[in-house]
Amino acid sequence: MAISGIQIYKLLPKTNCKDCGFPTCMAFALKLAAKQVELSACPHVSEEAQAQLAASSEPPVRLITLESDGSKLEVGNEVVLFRHEKTFYNKPGFFFLVKDSEDPGAITEKVKEIDAFVVNYVGIDLAVDGFAVKSEGDGAAFAAAVEAVRAGSKRPLILIGDDPAVLADGLAKLEGEKPLIGTANPENWEAFADLAIANKASLVVTAGSLEELADLTPKIKDKGLADLVLDPQVTAFNDGLAKHTILRRMALAKNFRPFGFPIIAYPSQAATPEAEVALATQAVTKYAGFVVMENFAPETLYGLLVLRENIYTDPQKPIQVQPGVYEINQPTPDAPVMVTTNFSITYFSVANEIESSGQPGFLLVADAEGMSVLTAWAAGNFDAEQIAKDVKKFGVEEKINHKSIILPGHVAVLSGELEEELPGWEIKVGPRESVDLPAYLKQVA
Amino acid sequence: MALEFPKDKWSGSVQEVVIGATAADGGTRATTVTVGGETTMPFIHFEAETPNRPVLALEIKDFRPDDWSALLLDFWGEAANDPGAWAKAAEEAGADMLLLSLSLTDPDGNPNTPEAAEKAAKAVLESSGLPLLVYGPGQAELDNELLVPVANACAGERVVLGICEDKNYRTLVATAMANGHLVVGRAPMDVNLSKQLNILIKDAGLPMDRVLMDPTTGALGYGIEYGFSVMERLRLAALRGDVMTQSPMAVSVGFETWKTKESKVGEDVPETWGDWEERAISWETITAITLIEAGADIVILRHPESLKRVRAAVDNLITAPELA
Ligand code: B12
Ligand code: SF4
Repeated sequence: MAISGIQIYKLLPKTNCKDCGFPTCMAFALKLAAKQVELSACPHVSEEAQAQLAASSEPPVRLITLESDGSKLEVGNEVVLFRHEKTFYNKPGFFFLVKDSEDPGAITEKVKEIDAFVVNYVGIDLAVDGFAVKSEGDGAAFAAAVEAVRAGSKRPLILIGDDPAVLADGLAKLEGEKPLIGTANPENWEAFADLAIANKASLVVTAGSLEELADLTPKIKDKGLADLVLDPQVTAFNDGLAKHTILRRMALAKNFRPFGFPIIAYPSQAATPEAEVALATQAVTKYAGFVVMENFAPETLYGLLVLRENIYTDPQKPIQVQPGVYEINQPTPDAPVMVTTNFSITYFSVANEIESSGQPGFLLVADAEGMSVLTAWAAGNFDAEQIAKDVKKFGVEEKINHKSIILPGHVAVLSGELEEELPGWEIKVGPRESVDLPAYLKQVA
Repeated sequence: MALEFPKDKWSGSVQEVVIGATAADGGTRATTVTVGGETTMPFIHFEAETPNRPVLALEIKDFRPDDWSALLLDFWGEAANDPGAWAKAAEEAGADMLLLSLSLTDPDGNPNTPEAAEKAAKAVLESSGLPLLVYGPGQAELDNELLVPVANACAGERVVLGICEDKNYRTLVATAMANGHLVVGRAPMDVNLSKQLNILIKDAGLPMDRVLMDPTTGALGYGIEYGFSVMERLRLAALRGDVMTQSPMAVSVGFETWKTKESKVGEDVPETWGDWEERAISWETITAITLIEAGADIVILRHPESLKRVRAAVDNLITAPELA
């Protein structure tokens, strides 16, 4: 529950000693309530008060951490319903499902392939986060499946099954890790809670209805396990959207603690691979913390991982690259000079094309405040003056033995002004889309 | 524990807009579509019913678009050579509505003409009974030159003319008023600019039940997050009662996604991009579903397979779930 300035004040020493930099304890309390200062700025709070204040400032959606040998995933800690209100913080983890009824050798092969999948998007390597191992009943088979997964990947795991004893056999293979296990329900939760506590695991909790789920999580918390994940038993788009929205709204707007946990979604249950992609799309846009997939296909996973990247970008800061001159394919002084902006998506679209064309070139990345070509142009951050300034600032002339520069086709209108700003230069207009750059470069070379 | 689901109380709603006119209303369309009318954030059935489903349109061109992805041209085959045949094929492929987007030039590179545009529009109306959007090539002057005769030729059909920007809205609004049509206005991803454009359109005399807005989007990987957020913000503003943001939203998903490298190019791309066709269709599908979740009322696509997949999601989203 959000706590008021008065409530905080009651917990402070009330000596008005000013060590925190504020004239009175009350002034400090008000700033603290507004989350503009940290409690640690007051050196005199008692430990008891600290504990109370920490509990009251608990994040509305608990941060859940999964760890394995070498990797770590953090999910939760979200504070808004809509990304424009602030940002979404921790990207949902993508996990691929394997069943212990599959042949262990086949499991290892499949896991290896998925584990090795890496796709680069605007300079960021995108990959899956881990694997979910599902038990179909037998403890030995489950342990073998967990081992088979571990033979193919070191990423964090989710262990799923109905029987805590079977899961224990799998957990025995994951010494020193912090996995997510499940699924606890109103009947079996005590055994699951014990197992999670003993193994430092987080626990997926489910129930037949949201009401029962709200009854269940506080019981498990009282037992001493706070790292919970909610499975609202989604079957389709419509109930998924409704349930995720209810859970997230109650956690954030109502500070309803029983729902203050990340959500796990199972697009893996979809009837077809196409429907699975569509459900995963909804899960990423609408509040899932863990996304469990079954069908691995690079062509669809790439899109989903890009979507996750996009939706979890901080709306206040576009992803940018450093302005400057980038040398691609070891250019010599006679190589062409091209100009673009420092918006990451723009830079990488262009740089990747030049690189794959095999043609050497200099790419002048102008300081356009991290905006795309047309956005920056429309906003006045990418005009002839700016380009000419950056040509000088980054010493383009010293690197080349010619005086010509290629503009993006979308800003052909700049060529006249740029001729004036860069007297004696030849201004060329390149294609509009970077896809057409390799062909263009071949032609001008 | 008895739970009370957290319902938002909204004072506003999205304007309801009917596109297309059947014989009874002085047109020739076999069907019409109704969009808008929402009183909640997208598909929040536990607050209120969603009165109209998102409409899925397919885009066709007046001339064979040789700059389109080979995947699209292969799919449409011969039909892409003729707007009438293409319209028929698109209707058969399951579209609710068609977008005829007019080209800048003819296949020989000569500027497009009013006669050609009018002919294409008539061919489409004749061979398909679906409601229609007609967009100009996106250059204010040429848009006006082509769309006015098209509007006259389609009088009474309640066609959506586009795209109004602050430079060309006057002419489009005037011809829409004269011929019983609608318009769509596009502003660059900004709540206030969308609002301002709607005010201009309204002041020019068109009633708001004949106005759609296109808040602009980027494709997946190319700015979709801006499109997603501006649509969520517009929908929130509409529900909070800001009248000039209450137009239904139409977005050109196909146009945006099919110009990305992921969709356009099949060779010399990273191996981890996987199969080209499936990637391209997923790119369009993921973009469309993401924006529908943000409040899109009309989604204009280019590939029928994407349409099929988006339709499956919409069919389910539009029905109220059982919440035990
Ligand atoms: C996302 C977006 C935004 C985001 C900004 C994102 C960012 N960081 O840049 C936001 C929402 C903030 C925004 C704001 C605005 N935007 Co804006 N925005 C877009 C949008 C949707 C996508 C842009 C994008 O990311 N494209 C992808 C990148 C990769 O494209 P690109 O940089 O052009 O690069 C490509 C090519 O140019 C080429 N290329 C690049 N460099 C080079 C170099 C060479 C040598 C060559 C050959 C090729 C080449 O390769 C790339 C791939 O093909 C476009 C519309 C659209 N769908 O395209 C409008 C658009 C660019 N925006 C527009 C406008 C007007 C604005 C605003 C001015 C509106 C306003 N008045 O508030 C503001 C300006 C911002 C400000 N004042 O602070 C207009 C520009 C109109 C025009 N033609 O002048 C557009 C076209 C929308 C429209 N149709 O009206 N925008
Ligand atoms: S440092 Fe602590 S005790 Fe001193 S004034 Fe600030 S809040 Fe009060």
